[in-house]
Amino acid sequence: MAATFQSSLYASRRRRNRISMGLAFAATAFGLSWLVLILAVLLWEGFSGLSLAVFTEMTPPPGSAGGLLNPIVGSLVMTTIAVLISTPLGILAGTYMAEYGRYDRLTTVVRFINDILLSAPSIVVGLFVYEVMVAQMGHFSGWAGAVSLAVIVVPVVVRTTEDMLILVPDTLREAAASIGLPRSLMITKVAYRAARAGMVTGVLLAVARISGETAPLLFTALNNQFWSLNLNAPVASLPVVIFQFALSPYHDWQKLAWTGALIITLAVLALSIIARTLAAQRKTS
Amino acid sequence: MSVAAITVPAVSHAPSSAEDLAEKISIRNLDFFYGDNQALRDINVPLYQGKVTAFIGPSGCGKSTLLRILNRMYDLYPNQRATGHVRLDNDDILSPSQDLNLLRAKVGMVFQKPTPFPMTIFENIAFGIRLYERLPKSELEDRVRHALERAALWEEVKNKLNANGLSLSGGQQQRLCIARTVAVRPEVILFDEPCSALDPISTAKIEELIDELKDDYTIAIVTHNMQQAARVSDFTAFMYLGELVEFGETTRIFTNPDDRRTQDYITGRFG
Repeated sequence: MAATFQSSLYASRRRRNRISMGLAFAATAFGLSWLVLILAVLLWEGFSGLSLAVFTEMTPPPGSAGGLLNPIVGSLVMTTIAVLISTPLGILAGTYMAEYGRYDRLTTVVRFINDILLSAPSIVVGLFVYEVMVAQMGHFSGWAGAVSLAVIVVPVVVRTTEDMLILVPDTLREAAASIGLPRSLMITKVAYRAARAGMVTGVLLAVARISGETAPLLFTALNNQFWSLNLNAPVASLPVVIFQFALSPYHDWQKLAWTGALIITLAVLALSIIARTLAAQRKTS
Repeated sequence: MSVAAITVPAVSHAPSSAEDLAEKISIRNLDFFYGDNQALRDINVPLYQGKVTAFIGPSGCGKSTLLRILNRMYDLYPNQRATGHVRLDNDDILSPSQDLNLLRAKVGMVFQKPTPFPMTIFENIAFGIRLYERLPKSELEDRVRHALERAALWEEVKNKLNANGLSLSGGQQQRLCIARTVAVRPEVILFDEPCSALDPISTAKIEELIDELKDDYTIAIVTHNMQQAARVSDFTAFMYLGELVEFGETTRIFTNPDDRRTQDYITGRFG
């Protein structure tokens, strides 16, 4: 009880606390204000152009009315194919790393390379697929677009699958083994079940990420002014159409670009909300 | 530490044939290593058929390690190895050709922390049964019910078999794990500090259960709680620093131990 209370020391600490708190608030407000500004402009410009025609009509030539049906469908198709290719690959690789090869050197190497891939600029992915697919086939195609998106998704899924499986406690694995469960069943029936919400969240976030990717599609799927589901030919996609229309001098194209941007943003928002709901379920279960 | 105390053959402490004791599991000259670190030294101990054997000793003495050898649980991890002889009936547990899944179906285990699978109460039990038997639905339901009754859990969960196993209380979860183990119809059940995460009422229930289960199963239990060892076990093994110091009938170990270290430990005068 002999400690002497030095009020000057205490006061200076309080002062420093107030200053750091003020700076932290200011930084948050500065960052948030830009975000709010962007969203506000997007909503303002995008909503005014939103109509049924956007979802039912093709991209128009400059000066006439039209919609975004072909890029919306193109984006959906390529994203779906990308997810179908990459999810099984990513989950299998992540399962190997977390379950079978947890103590192997190979896992360390794969994890290192996967992390590089995870942060690789997407334009590099586009160039890579251009080189191995577009250049070989001689033309741009929807398949190449889907593959380049898949290349972006794989490392995300590998990472989240491994992380989520490692979070499954070893005691649960031991419990599964203790009733004579072979490892394969332990993984598919017990570990996957325990990690399911997190793994699905990873896939959803990966989808959110590729739904806005423009660079890889520019070099692969290119674009298409017309309705086409032929994946061996160029396919339109929302990000590329936004890119093209936003840079054009025509007012109605710019308007459609805003609307397209709003659609992507809302779709990503919806995916994020679903992912967060699932993550919350994981915590409570 | 006197060498003599270590090399005394453990079986010599077995009671003089007052009753017929069959060795269900026999452990001879067992050594165990975590990498280069030797955790068990020359362990010799039997587990008698239909009896409860308690393993006591201070933390880190190797009790749990010993238990995890009996179902080869250590095999899940790299750089852990056991040498010596461990036999279940006449089957060599340590043999490299041992089928681990079949071994673990015969030697069940209940862990310190309750570990229900992330599925319904019913599925938690039925899951293990389906691994080895294809049963019609009604028979499967009977087996699940029987297992839950054996674990004294049926009355509490019979109206919510489709609830998630994780929604039960800690004590109920632990009994669910016991039911899950029993459902597979093992011959031996290993309990690794099954009550250390439970309140006294749940603990009493589990102890009662162990007492009932020993009619049908050979049981080994690791516990930090000496009263618990005294209450539930027929035989007690005292371990210290990776060695088996003394093994014998529980009543004798707790009243008249041979070794000074056992005496010090059970009277709480340790270290």
